[in-house]
Amino acid sequence: MSSSVETLVNKEYKYGFVTDIESDIAPKGLNEDIIRLISAKKGEPEWLLEWRLKAFRGWIKMTEPHNWPNIRYQPVDYQALRYYAAPKTAKPLGSLDEVDPKLLETYQKLGIPLSEQKLLAGVAVDAIFDSVSVGTTYKAKLAEAGIIFCSFGEAVREHPDLVRAYLGSVVPASDNFFAALNAAVFSDGSFVFVPKGVQCPMELSTYFRINAAETGQFERTLIIAEEGASVSYLEGCTAPKRDENQLHAAVVELVALEGASIKYSTVQNWYAGDEHGRGGIFNFVTKRGKCAGRKSKISWTQVETGSAITWKYPSVILQGDDSVGEFYSVAVVNGKQQADTGTKMIHMGRNTRSTIVSKGISAGQGQNSYRGLVKVLPKAAGARNYTQCDSMLIGNRCGAHTFPYIDVQNSTASVEHEASTSKIGEDQIFYLKQRGLNTENAISMIVNGFCKEVFKELPMEFAVEAQKLLGVSLEGSVG
Amino acid sequence: MLQIRGLRASAGEKEILRGIDLTVHAGEVHAVMGPNGSGKSTLAQVLAGHPAYEVTAGEVLYQGQDLLAMDPEERAQAGLFLAFQYPVEIPGISNAYFLRAAYNEIRKARGLEEVDSMDFLDLLEEKLRLVEWGPEIMGRAVNSGFSGGEKKRNEILQMAVLEPRLAILDETDSGLDIDALRIVANGVNALRRPDNATIVVTHYQRLLNFIIPDRVHVLSGGRIVKSGGKELAFELEERGYEWLEDPVGAVS
Repeated sequence: MSSSVETLVNKEYKYGFVTDIESDIAPKGLNEDIIRLISAKKGEPEWLLEWRLKAFRGWIKMTEPHNWPNIRYQPVDYQALRYYAAPKTAKPLGSLDEVDPKLLETYQKLGIPLSEQKLLAGVAVDAIFDSVSVGTTYKAKLAEAGIIFCSFGEAVREHPDLVRAYLGSVVPASDNFFAALNAAVFSDGSFVFVPKGVQCPMELSTYFRINAAETGQFERTLIIAEEGASVSYLEGCTAPKRDENQLHAAVVELVALEGASIKYSTVQNWYAGDEHGRGGIFNFVTKRGKCAGRKSKISWTQVETGSAITWKYPSVILQGDDSVGEFYSVAVVNGKQQADTGTKMIHMGRNTRSTIVSKGISAGQGQNSYRGLVKVLPKAAGARNYTQCDSMLIGNRCGAHTFPYIDVQNSTASVEHEASTSKIGEDQIFYLKQRGLNTENAISMIVNGFCKEVFKELPMEFAVEAQKLLGVSLEGSVG
Repeated sequence: MLQIRGLRASAGEKEILRGIDLTVHAGEVHAVMGPNGSGKSTLAQVLAGHPAYEVTAGEVLYQGQDLLAMDPEERAQAGLFLAFQYPVEIPGISNAYFLRAAYNEIRKARGLEEVDSMDFLDLLEEKLRLVEWGPEIMGRAVNSGFSGGEKKRNEILQMAVLEPRLAILDETDSGLDIDALRIVANGVNALRRPDNATIVVTHYQRLLNFIIPDRVHVLSGGRIVKSGGKELAFELEERGYEWLEDPVGAVS
């Protein structure tokens, strides 16, 4: 049984190709000069350079978190990495027609056509290649509604006041080791601003691609929804197969003002390394949203199948009264993958509500840990949390671990935690085979049923992607 | 339809089937009876290809093919159906979706076109009537939270949809009240045709009041110790199994 399971989950990583394109690459190593170089390359204002340098000075004094996460790896040599790589042709572009055909071809191969005519209707895409954005679609159409959707670099140039007002307001530069590193060297990312009362008419999407060797990717995304605004944002990621580990240390900040709603979905399929655990992405990411206003809502949905190591806890600070935080997650580990992922729900306002649904699937020799914090502060009267944390094991060599932390400081709060662990059994597979399904389809069906509560939260385009990723046929939501 | 010759099978170190000979023709219903531990369920599982059992000797021809050389899904696609004693739960997958997937796998294997969900619903309607169920059951996850009786009824529904050539019912009557038993039996009887066959594995004679077998076999200690017509079942009901038991002793 386990051999067929492995074939299923170990389907060849089809995004592992390298684009042969000339790059503008920073020398290896990290110091203040490199940070000045990055900032200069991007033509940044002085205040931003100062912000970066301050973060860097803080970072040098910090240590990599090695003790508490349930992950094992050789410490990263930060001086052996490059912190900036950009395709040489990627100058600020007037239109997508000016994008290097090789890059367009790359995204075509990844299934992300950047030509607006060929796009899935209703999805605007920002494509990030190594350290820079190579193009954003549907910008003009969104601008008509007052929505800003552009690369982070462009936002710094065109909307400096907005960036300055919100940058670091949810994840401060000093937040943690990887967030500080990101603040010092962040390259590009996406910026979204939805003004008061506007419902974003289409899905916004960013596609991240690491291409260059020995390069880290440090993107930064900032999404702001003003009073009563709403937006749904999707993020996808792939990288070439390389023998060495590559570092991805991103920061995502979401701000929802009164009555605003942000839905953030991720399908993460970074290269996971080979069967011996060689290569693969270190995915050390800080994602956090702030429900700043009353009745605001932030929802994270993630399907994580890639990366050698994942360290990631998309969180919500429930500051406004009656605000809502949600976290729906599917995390799959196989081969030698390790994941330590979960969420933090910080209840500050009154009658704040949060829901956590985490589905961990472990196969091969993978180690999957759920780590979640539910914190209710003294003023959060009537706060409620519901957590459901399910683990599924495939085979005998993998592991599933759960680390829930609950800290309640208000006696009117209610916190529920349910957890289960199951194993795909020979009997379950045999039952489906006896009905005519082969092993691969049988496992897909079982896994798919297990993840259903999360998949149904995904926007349709991503549900299709998630389905492909797990090699499954998805029920219901794809019609 | 089915010829079993000298079939021996073990689970781990333990030999459970110790030389089974059995021939089933198209159009027939055979009952396999016997005390607990006699190997009845093992025989059903081995015929379906459960990986927990190893066949150590003998051969099984199914429609002229070497059944033991086929994967479990190939056996299913060739029309062999096992109604499980303990049907498995599959959370998150609806009964309708599961059953359509199974139906289409079997159609594909026979070179037929797959049916879409609308056409499948039409087909289901008639089959649901057979087990006296409304359509709500199709929206529930496969066997999840089903009562014992509902699980057994669901097995019969699947059998009705998949229209097997050889159906093996493994203790389908166990744990059923009389109404459920009648529904299950009606389903089986309605599906009897001159070109298919059924093997009913059971401990009690009760089910055979509803499903009249052509032949009855008594299994003891991994061997068939007696075969006869339907009257053998009544005799067993009266006299129990002790008078027939294999002198070597039953496997526990």
